Amino acid sequence: MTLEEKVIGIIMEQLGVTKEECVPEAAFIEDLGADSLDLVELIMEMEENFGITIADNELEKIRTIQDAIDFLRSKGVS
Amino acid sequence: MTTRRRVVITGMGAVTPVGNSVREAWESVCAGRSGIGPITRFDTAGFQTTIAGELKNFDPLAFVEQKWLRRLDLFIVYALAAADMAMADAALTAETAGGDRAGTIIGSAIGGLATMETAKSALDRGGPRKISPFAIPAALGNLAAGHVSMRHSLRGPINCTTTACSAGNHAIGDAYRHIAGGWADVMVAGGSEAAITPLGVGGFNVMRAISLRNNEPEKASRPFDRDRDGFVVSEGCGLVVLEEMTRALERGARIYAEVAGYGATADAYHLAAPPPGHEGAVRCMRAALRDAGLQPGDIDYINAHGTSTPLNDLYETEAVKTVFGEHSRTVAVSSTKSMTGHLLGAAGGVEAVFTAKAIEEGVIPPTINLDNPEPACDLDYVPHTARRQEIRAALSSTFGFGGANAVVVFRKFVP
Repeated sequence: MTLEEKVIGIIMEQLGVTKEECVPEAAFIEDLGADSLDLVELIMEMEENFGITIADNELEKIRTIQDAIDFLRSKGVS
Repeated sequence: MTTRRRVVITGMGAVTPVGNSVREAWESVCAGRSGIGPITRFDTAGFQTTIAGELKNFDPLAFVEQKWLRRLDLFIVYALAAADMAMADAALTAETAGGDRAGTIIGSAIGGLATMETAKSALDRGGPRKISPFAIPAALGNLAAGHVSMRHSLRGPINCTTTACSAGNHAIGDAYRHIAGGWADVMVAGGSEAAITPLGVGGFNVMRAISLRNNEPEKASRPFDRDRDGFVVSEGCGLVVLEEMTRALERGARIYAEVAGYGATADAYHLAAPPPGHEGAVRCMRAALRDAGLQPGDIDYINAHGTSTPLNDLYETEAVKTVFGEHSRTVAVSSTKSMTGHLLGAAGGVEAVFTAKAIEEGVIPPTINLDNPEPACDLDYVPHTARRQEIRAALSSTFGFGGANAVVVFRKFVP
């Protein structure tokens, strides 16, 4: 499974959205209907799955699915 | 002073250990069927009590999306289910319920206990960053009412009563007062509970409050019987839609019964034990009758608190005798907890549903397992089988830990 597939799988599960909605440019809040609590939970799930820690100030950079994937890559996740 | 407005029940919903709808639950209690069985919710190894009244074949996905299911404690899911059913039963929608003039009060003794236990485990295992952001909003007791208000656009008064085993009755009584006093026209009210968890069962065990009759679950809840040994923890939700009478009549709503009065008192005595003679319950029943403008002789049925604990059943019987005098020999008194177990904060909600059905249909559900009545318990408890009998008015009693008593009076509706 590619990183993209793993990330989208987590997003589908956490936010209750379809695969079709999970295009790279989809924004979590504006397009996928997440609220601030959803985002916290989503980040916790990513930390759990990929064994990393995401600092609060890094969160601000993650707005879209592509942002999340880029961020994970920058942390050495593949 | 303005005249008090009359309040009627126009819808009901319930999920209980004896059925996942009002119809199913009512059929079960009229047939004398117990809903108590072995606990399946958690591993009971090491627990003194291994039985409870769990919901059976309840499908939460019929009421809540998968995404939300992980974020709601079961007591909230049960309330959403019962509220959907109650609103449909009342033929009300988010558009027609009344918006700013419609509200909700849903009580819960403990709130999201399972959620708190899970969050504490996560904290112990992985530290504070592992606590779910939904732990607090799923555990807060008032979030049953919160989610119900969101789903049905109930934008008037909202509240949550947390008076232990009286929470459901306090919710209904307070909601009745909101409508009677003119602050709202429609209120969804009752109680919801989901405390069949390790901490819930273990906690009641060390209080010596619950039955140890693990080998005979269906016989464990035996109110007023000589061999009773505590209550049985149950879960579920019972809600009623209360509506101002003229509004209900104008829209041609089905009316189950009228809520005629409400009494609330405190024992101011002990954290768990009732006072001798249950004088707090005596004052509460009297206050409710006074509020309804009824005499003891007007009451044909009492849905008792009847928990199956040694003290409650004895003292509640004494209290009924004190309030009803001569009439205590003829008034029918039954404990539907003999079949449902004790739904704690949801008890008043579910028992309001049963009391309203009893009035509507003229059928009194029985007290099962009353094989050898305690000598001092000598009222007409409608043992073993249901009885067909016209009911003019009825009381539903609940007495909670902390000395919190609440009694609601229901009356056959006559315009």
